[in-house]
Amino acid sequence: MKRNVIFAAFLIAALSIVVMAACGGSGNKQENNVLKVYNWGDYIDEELIGEFEEETGIKVIYDTFSTNEEMYPRIEADSSLYDVVCPSEYMVKKMMENDLLMPLDWSKLSNKDNLNQTYMKILSDFIDPDNKYMVPYCWGTVGILYNTKLVDDVVDSWDILWDEKYSGSILMQDSVRDAFMVAEKKLGYSLNTTDPGELEECMELLKAQYPLVKAYVIDEVRDKMIAGDAALGVIYSGEYLYSKNENPDLAYAIPKEGTNVWYDGWVITKNSKNADAAHKWIDFMLRADVAARNFDYITYPTPNKAAEEFIDKDILSDPAVFPDDKIISEKCEMYLYLGKDAENEYYELWKKVK
Amino acid sequence: MNKRKLLSLPYLIWMIGFTVIPLLMILWYGFQGKNGGFTLEHILAIGRPEHLGPLLVSLLLSVICTVVCLLIAYPLALILRKAGLKRSSFVIFIFILPMWMNFLLRTYAWLNLLDDGGLVYVFLQKLGYKGNIVGTYGAILLGMVYNYLPFMVLPLYNAMTKIDDNTLNAARDLGANERQVNFRVIMPLTFPGIVSGVTMVFVPSLTTFVVSDLLGGRKIFLIGNIIEQEFSTASNWNLGAGLSFVLMIFILLSMAVLNHYDTLGEEDDG
Repeated sequence: MKRNVIFAAFLIAALSIVVMAACGGSGNKQENNVLKVYNWGDYIDEELIGEFEEETGIKVIYDTFSTNEEMYPRIEADSSLYDVVCPSEYMVKKMMENDLLMPLDWSKLSNKDNLNQTYMKILSDFIDPDNKYMVPYCWGTVGILYNTKLVDDVVDSWDILWDEKYSGSILMQDSVRDAFMVAEKKLGYSLNTTDPGELEECMELLKAQYPLVKAYVIDEVRDKMIAGDAALGVIYSGEYLYSKNENPDLAYAIPKEGTNVWYDGWVITKNSKNADAAHKWIDFMLRADVAARNFDYITYPTPNKAAEEFIDKDILSDPAVFPDDKIISEKCEMYLYLGKDAENEYYELWKKVK
Repeated sequence: MNKRKLLSLPYLIWMIGFTVIPLLMILWYGFQGKNGGFTLEHILAIGRPEHLGPLLVSLLLSVICTVVCLLIAYPLALILRKAGLKRSSFVIFIFILPMWMNFLLRTYAWLNLLDDGGLVYVFLQKLGYKGNIVGTYGAILLGMVYNYLPFMVLPLYNAMTKIDDNTLNAARDLGANERQVNFRVIMPLTFPGIVSGVTMVFVPSLTTFVVSDLLGGRKIFLIGNIIEQEFSTASNWNLGAGLSFVLMIFILLSMAVLNHYDTLGEEDDG
């Protein structure tokens, strides 16, 4: 915390000069009607933003990030930078612990009953006791997207990502936790392990995989798989439907060793300048028809129970999109925030991989 | 006197606000230990293999990049000197033209050319090359040379055109052959241009992380990527600041060496 104070002091010193010179107090009347939303890239049907603006008269400033780790330092430096953010659950936990979030006022969320209460319970158990901070937006698993024309083995295990046969056509995730998760699950460890010996072992395993990896990517996995540039890619389940639409040869598998189950959800920042509009935004996204339309666009499974009646029955019954509750509860884990030291340990090891 | 002081005020604010304070902040973070105390830990971290490796690779790549740029730009500047002003300024214009486009866009363009299915990739596959292009040192080097070449061409061209024709004629009158003119007259006279060209290519290619991020397939880490990651994803500002401080020392060293040769050249002139 101390370094934040110092940083803030420097920033104020530098900024005040700029601000004094630039505007000299040109009013902030507009402030009330502006909502700043910070979401993942390509993670919303953008038409909905316009509709929200029309319905509420609130102007939305919409920015995107591509990893939780990219988003976090910005909010940490100034939590009034955005009003609503959509981090993954482990990052929500970290933000909660570092006091960067404002508790939700559920009475302002008239569509709250649309949410699947099973998921709310899981979230309450793992991450957010009594669901004080987070409204789930999407959920899913991390698995292997593969091209059935290029892969003739059965894909049901993480082991295939170490198969020399596919050297140069494997895409790995370039985010630390997702990359380590693959190794941890392959070795049968918890994906929240902080045991130095286990982590070291995972690092060695990832290092052994390095020569086989075509590239470490995040958002590009989907496009490269669609183009047929790679045979196997580690990807979030939500990308599967879109990819399959574009390239019917693609299939998605949840490895038998288990994987990460994740939730992304809306949270309101501690120093939000417009918490009222933030609640309106969340409530709007909770509406069954909005959630269903958004699902059609982004194809990440929605925790919105009421939206399911608007969703195609074929998709609802596809286990790759909406996997069996049993697989999820028995084999999959959520990421937990591991604390500053353990996080640093992960990064230090990750650097050694490359 | 007072008025002059007033005129310098904006520059003073600029320098303090955007150079001195940020530098002090890097020092502050770089030497700050876990509990706020003083530490050399983040500076010495450069010795760890996962940092030292990328640093050496960066140094090597940027030296190669600088040499390649110099080898391309110097003969070009020589030729342009001999060509008429009109024609040479057109050629310079062509060389500078890509700089009108955004640096990131240009690098993305290269990514598209080199990536699977890209023009260059397909061409090389036809020639029998197997494997990826993106994610190799060659791709990064290509991106560096392409992006930083204009920074070498411009100062060399300026230095070259400044040389008075009479100086060269005098050299020839005194019996120097073309080779001697080139190496004993033109080269020393363009030395300041070489020095600034080398600096302007070497420094950005040593610190780059965008080129290696895009064309390295995120498989290859340069020291710039390490530092960038410390600040962005790892949010370990202390280590990031410590490492960038070390990198600054390397840059200062290389500039000191260059300046040393630069002033030597001037003494020779006198």
